[in-house]
Amino acid sequence: MGVNFNMASLRLRESQIMKIHYLTGIVSLFAVAIHILFRLIMPFGQSLLYQNVISNYHNIFYALLLESILVLISIHGFNGLRIILIELKQSSRWESTITILVLISMIGIIAYGTRTIVIASGL
Amino acid sequence: MGEENKKVVLKVFRTNYNKNESSHYDEFEVPVNRWTTVLDALLHVKSYSDTSVGIRYSCRMASCGSCGMKINGRPSLACYTKISELNKDVIVCEPLSNFPRIRDLVTDFSQFFDHHKKIEPFIHNDLVPLDIKDKDDLVEFEQSPKEVDDYLQFSYCIKCGLCYSACPTVATDPSFPGPQALSQTYRYIADNRDNDKSTRFNILDERHGIWRCHFAGSCSAVCPKGVDPALGIQLLKGHMMGFSKNDKKVANLRAKNKE
Amino acid sequence: MNNVPDNKDFTMTTSGREGIRGWLNPTRYGWERVSYWLQRLTGLGLLIYFIGHVYETSSLTNGINAWNSMLQLTQTLGGHLFLLFVIGASTFHTVNGIRLIFTESGKGLGKPGRPDYPYHAASLNYKQKSGIWVAILLACIAMLYGGMVLFGQGG
Repeated sequence: MGVNFNMASLRLRESQIMKIHYLTGIVSLFAVAIHILFRLIMPFGQSLLYQNVISNYHNIFYALLLESILVLISIHGFNGLRIILIELKQSSRWESTITILVLISMIGIIAYGTRTIVIASGL
Repeated sequence: MGEENKKVVLKVFRTNYNKNESSHYDEFEVPVNRWTTVLDALLHVKSYSDTSVGIRYSCRMASCGSCGMKINGRPSLACYTKISELNKDVIVCEPLSNFPRIRDLVTDFSQFFDHHKKIEPFIHNDLVPLDIKDKDDLVEFEQSPKEVDDYLQFSYCIKCGLCYSACPTVATDPSFPGPQALSQTYRYIADNRDNDKSTRFNILDERHGIWRCHFAGSCSAVCPKGVDPALGIQLLKGHMMGFSKNDKKVANLRAKNKE
Repeated sequence: MNNVPDNKDFTMTTSGREGIRGWLNPTRYGWERVSYWLQRLTGLGLLIYFIGHVYETSSLTNGINAWNSMLQLTQTLGGHLFLLFVIGASTFHTVNGIRLIFTESGKGLGKPGRPDYPYHAASLNYKQKSGIWVAILLACIAMLYGGMVLFGQGG
């Protein structure tokens, strides 16, 4: 019960979640656009060479950009998944399972991606 | 004149869930004129072919919202759908989807009405006392034609349930209030006599509330009264997001300045 | 009498809910329903790509050999076709998403008024529909360009 109480007090209103959803969507549009540009500013065939990719990662601003994309898309994408799943089936058990699973996957993906960024950027 | 001899086949969904009957379609041949509606045809069936066909209807003029059913797969009012306009020789009549079925074309509206009641479909105004002891306490509300126009469209809702039947979210989410209840909330929020926005927002701003609408527009596509529920819902979302300018506040300020 | 067995032509039970088939079918009620359907499917597809992409790039941490062997897995015809889908999906999801943000903030829908027969809904206007068409068109153009880059040089 203690956990439930904490969860309830942490719970965001759906309108707040939607604002976050819209905002993460808009910001990631610009961030992803820059991310894709990095593949197009050099000859396309070379853009995936290990050395070129690693040198991109060593640019601290690019690494920060990647990290922000990782966070933004994770929030936006997994919230979208949560919306689809809670519309599919309704029961408090299903909904809390979905919320927890979605949060765990979101944090998991962010952690896993951050690990790549940290190691590859040689921080 | 040959038109009057035209006949169409009416394919009617039949079942009785109380008797555990398996569902099937019965076919009836019905004579039609240019002006024959699907309801006319169904009543013809009841008069001359099979009296046991279960339908619900009342006014026959798209005012009561009783005869909603799926006609050729699309939620429509039987009294408002002319067979000549369907341009089909076979007319399939099925009960509205997303409503529990009772018998044949008759569905149970209690859940739908519950959603409507839950949004408190009446004027909230804490400036006016609820129990009036002295008739001098009675007040009247002034409303300009423009202020009426802000909500009038949404007050034309006849609760026929067609929008509820067409909505893709309602198809899987019974807790979702549905286009009817949501647009009715906007009807009261847009009404300048109502001053309790926050209660209404609290009712809708929850997990299965207004944000489960994704503007698929199907409600407005099937509405027989031009209520345009999708418009009301999106405007309501705008208010909740704080993007739409607050007409009521502006009007109040103007009124105060006049004084 | 035309007997239709249960669960064949009619999978709905007494609850009458259309269920997941309700949103999986985009062919009814016009373009807004198509937009709703595409926005969901592209969103799901992009989420799958995103997870795969995070996994794919994690091979960077294991050095050049791991990276190259991952490239061999993804830089294939199938991988390129999937990437082509991702290009189209992300373009559509972005453009249509921007339209939806405006729409769901109450912009570009028209004003409530006094409805007249035959009751054309103000919210299903051509501003909205053309937004959907533009999103689909831009997605096609992006896929065309992406296809030229992917299959033209990458071969």
